[in-house]
Amino acid sequence: MTAQEYAFLVVAVIGGLAAVAVVTARNVVHAALYLVVALACIGVTFLLVGAEFVGWTQILIYVGAIVILFLFGLMLTKAPIGRDTLDHLPQNRIVGGVVSVLVFLGLAGLMLRVWPMDSTPASQQVLGSTAVVGESLFRDYVLPFEVVSFLLLAALIGAIVLARKDEGPA
Amino acid sequence: MIRLPLILLFSTFLFSVGIYGVLARRNAVMVLMAIELMLNAVNLNLIGFSAALQDVSGQIFALFVIAVAAAEVGIGLAIVILLFRNRASINVDEADLLKW
Repeated sequence: MTAQEYAFLVVAVIGGLAAVAVVTARNVVHAALYLVVALACIGVTFLLVGAEFVGWTQILIYVGAIVILFLFGLMLTKAPIGRDTLDHLPQNRIVGGVVSVLVFLGLAGLMLRVWPMDSTPASQQVLGSTAVVGESLFRDYVLPFEVVSFLLLAALIGAIVLARKDEGPA
Repeated sequence: MIRLPLILLFSTFLFSVGIYGVLARRNAVMVLMAIELMLNAVNLNLIGFSAALQDVSGQIFALFVIAVAAAEVGIGLAIVILLFRNRASINVDEADLLKW
């Protein structure tokens, strides 16, 4: 165990507990705030494995923008703030719990069989600085990058068109 | 250095928690949050493999996933707001007009 692994375990336990709190919280606003903790822990994990640019992007976009968007959505829909009155279906919870436990056991067993704990190559040099990522992004992946920017533009226009009020024939 | 299976286990756990959230919660905004957790589990896998294989492509893919997730949240919340305006409810079980 290296020092990085101990740090990762601490971050992973905090992030995992926060993720469980997100899906079990009765209060929807609390769930959004737990989501901040979980996403920040994932961002710290990115930083720990050396993916510096993606780590900071994660923290900027998810914690900074997406969670704020969720809070806006909660306010605009007057979602039952406080105790959530929608989730009184125990059979949903039982089915969801069974399915998620089965998925976890299946996936974890498969992954540990293919990449056992002791025989995996661990990264030696740090890879993922902004310079390396930028070079690869604008040399090998320019076309997907442009397509994604176009997708974001389309999503922006689509969200405006969907969410604005219709006032008479346009 | 962090061993790859540890990262894979963390990401599998997050994915399972996301599945539970999608199946068990009926509030549309909560379902979107659980989907975000699952997308982040995928990103974690991409970053872990990128570090283990010493290949920066995984990080580029993670960036694309983040961008698409941002677009998805924007459209998803617009649909939720529209649903609330038309039906005064964001229970995903009641949005069944296209079901039969």
